[in-house]
Amino acid sequence: MSSLGTVCYRGLVFVALLGALALGSVGCGGSDETPTDVVLVTHDSFAVSDDVKTEFEKTSGLKLRILQSGDAGELLSKALLTAGNPQGDVLFGVDSNLLSRALDGDLFEPYESPRLEQVDERYVLDPEHRVTPIDHGEVCLNYDKAWFSERQVDPPQSLEDLTEPRLRGLLVVENPATSTPGLAFLLATVVRFGEPGWQDFWRRLRENRVLVVDGWEEAYNVRFSGAAGDGDRPIVVSYASSPPAEVVFATPRPNEAPTAVVEDSCFRQIEFAGVLRGARNDEGARTLVDFLLDKRFQEDIPLSMFVFPVNSGADLPPEFEEFTVVPESPLELTPDEIAAGRDRWVKEWTSIVLR
Amino acid sequence: MGERVDEHRASLSAHAWRALTYGVPLAFLAVFFAYPLVSILERGLGSAESVASPLDVLTDPLTREVVWFTLWQAVASTVLTIAVALPASYVLGRYAFRGRNVAMAAVTVPFVLPTVVVALAFLAVLPESLERGWAAILIAHVFFNVAVVVRVVGTFWAGLDRRVAEAAATLGASPARSFREVTLPLLAPALASAASIVFLFSFTSFGIVLILGGPRYSTLETEIYNQAVRLFDLRAAAILALVQLVCVVLAVWVATRLEQRVALGEQRRRERDVLRAFRTWGERAVATASLGTLAIFLGIPLVVLVERSLAIGDSYSLEAYRALGRPTDAFLATPREAVVNSVVYAAGAAVIALVVGGLAAFAVAGSRGGGSRLLDGSLMVPLGASSVMLGFGFVIAFDTEPIDFRSSPWIVPVVQALVAIPFVVRIVAPTLRAIDQRQREAAAMLGASPARVRREIDLPVAGRALGVAAGFAFAISLGEFGATVFLARPDSPTLPVAIFRFLGRPGDLNAGQAYALAVILMAVVAVSVFAVERVRALRTGWV
Repeated sequence: MSSLGTVCYRGLVFVALLGALALGSVGCGGSDETPTDVVLVTHDSFAVSDDVKTEFEKTSGLKLRILQSGDAGELLSKALLTAGNPQGDVLFGVDSNLLSRALDGDLFEPYESPRLEQVDERYVLDPEHRVTPIDHGEVCLNYDKAWFSERQVDPPQSLEDLTEPRLRGLLVVENPATSTPGLAFLLATVVRFGEPGWQDFWRRLRENRVLVVDGWEEAYNVRFSGAAGDGDRPIVVSYASSPPAEVVFATPRPNEAPTAVVEDSCFRQIEFAGVLRGARNDEGARTLVDFLLDKRFQEDIPLSMFVFPVNSGADLPPEFEEFTVVPESPLELTPDEIAAGRDRWVKEWTSIVLR
Repeated sequence: MGERVDEHRASLSAHAWRALTYGVPLAFLAVFFAYPLVSILERGLGSAESVASPLDVLTDPLTREVVWFTLWQAVASTVLTIAVALPASYVLGRYAFRGRNVAMAAVTVPFVLPTVVVALAFLAVLPESLERGWAAILIAHVFFNVAVVVRVVGTFWAGLDRRVAEAAATLGASPARSFREVTLPLLAPALASAASIVFLFSFTSFGIVLILGGPRYSTLETEIYNQAVRLFDLRAAAILALVQLVCVVLAVWVATRLEQRVALGEQRRRERDVLRAFRTWGERAVATASLGTLAIFLGIPLVVLVERSLAIGDSYSLEAYRALGRPTDAFLATPREAVVNSVVYAAGAAVIALVVGGLAAFAVAGSRGGGSRLLDGSLMVPLGASSVMLGFGFVIAFDTEPIDFRSSPWIVPVVQALVAIPFVVRIVAPTLRAIDQRQREAAAMLGASPARVRREIDLPVAGRALGVAAGFAFAISLGEFGATVFLARPDSPTLPVAIFRFLGRPGDLNAGQAYALAVILMAVVAVSVFAVERVRALRTGWV
């Protein structure tokens, strides 16, 4: 008797366990009452200071839950798969490269935040306000200042310089097929040199021994000589915000940044947020979008995510004022131009540079 | 009359047991693997926005190139891994010596490190001529998978009756001949088992291929990712995922056939380890040499990680470790919370894997029929399925109200358990099978019910294997990154995710903290596996 009892008992425990898990999830997500929380769906690079998050929760009375999944591409792919029945209320992290795909996928409810008054027109790319600009970041060439001064070689001043013999074998870039900054840099060359010109430029870069790696992590942390690793490439494709980061995250803190930005090479990316169509808490979602544009959140952006705020009233931290430039007139393409050309450019680039 | 009731009860119990051992693993697999995967494949194949027709994708020369590279690098990685791991498996499976537990734990560390971290460490140590190419990919695959072979084969070897090989030696067989003709056939099931796991891991390798292969090499997995995430061509991704699935099912089928055919020597196994101390200086020298070589091979990249965690600016310091104690903006928790999250998730995954995998092991070991082979094979398939597609599948499969748990925190251990279950089966089932059938028969003859036989004969023997399996499942889940990263996770990052976040930020100190966390992960893994080894060693006394 006991044997049968044992077997059935074990089975029951397991079934009960599964049931409890299922019930638990229903309890978490299945209520119809006014939600007391708001869910932000975003990529893995999203960051916010604790006190800023707490402040939002205090002023809005809503608990902020943050759901992260992979990089910007994965985030968008999943949002497109769940369009109309989203995993959260607000999505943050669509950049200008991916914007047209997001808008075609009918992901967002239009919402025009009153805080947009403080945002420069040039960042507002969707006149219907399905998405709201939150930050902008510039992808630029960075170089290792010490490397060039020790060898008395002139650092690059422009994109064209990269094909000069004096900079042979010094540049590392990311593969535009697998990396966001890599794609931005390719786009920068497309804007600068035009249609047959950019292909020629990359042929010459290849002759000048450009090194291509898959991701920013490897390019910057391993191959680049000016950062943590002991790489042998003194020029890298990174961000305008990288030099101040080298100061903030160094011990002891240096008096000046070890790296500098080539302003002529900068390409602008804007990052957007939007209220997801089918959001459970759309009122909370609008409150959250407002907060993302609020001075408090905007001033937190540079040191938590290393991009620049779009709110013109937000002050930059002193490190950003001192150690980098906010490019005045960076290279840009509209989301439609990018959408129309991107896949072909990447394909052509692959056959020119890698094959 | 009483006898007939007992018989009836026994057969009822056997039925219930069978239903449980087959039903639970199959249900788990159906709900958490097949259903999400089928959902996403269906959506992908039916998507209208795709430009490519299935035929275009299949006949594209690029696809053929990718399939070919994926296959041959996986086969080569498997063969190399076994060759490198066999000497150490021999030493750990035959000899008792001080530090054996430490060695067993240490060899496991590489297997659970996040691929990205190790790939970067490899870039730092490989000579320039070797990095970025197929050679670097193979070396890294061997580095990661040595643990699988050493653990699966070594554990099995330890239970082999050594008198057979000794008898061969007495009869005049040279050591080489005795190994080839006696030991190797006996080991074959464990070798086939380990080989199939290594093959599947190499076949679906992602981070290693991306970083060490350079932009020119791609496997099916990286190409699926490219199509699904970069180009959002779900149909092309689904077709490639199907191709991958077909290859994986074929490989698993071949492996289970192979295991079946060669599993003749299992009755030679004993239920307790038959280790002995070194007898001659020769034996000691061989052991030192084989473990030493492996230690150097596995150790160098790990030492590089430690070195990187200490190198801050132009000098060495503990600054990166100190910084881990401070609040960070790199991710939405403190590093300490990430460690706790990891341990909690991994413990949950280990429990799930132990229940599901343990039951499956009883089913697999209980019969040699097609049913058990099918179950065994099915549980292997998740190892070779695309993590990207599975992650996407979870998002669309569990999205309607009563079961909307696509972003519940416990999804993470469930997915980690999918990866750990086949290991549990592979560690436990051979041990169960090796129990002398006569022992069971004798117990039954003395009046023990089948359940009592299970409880008093099978379970104590399996207990030891279950302990080892639990440790391994825990360690695998601790380092699991591939599948976890494709799930939508609430703000409770695991260690590998935290490492990746630090690595993604500029600044000397961030890189240092990434490496410091990797070192901490290494330590947590080593300690947990070592603890299990200790428990196992203590228990073998009375098992």
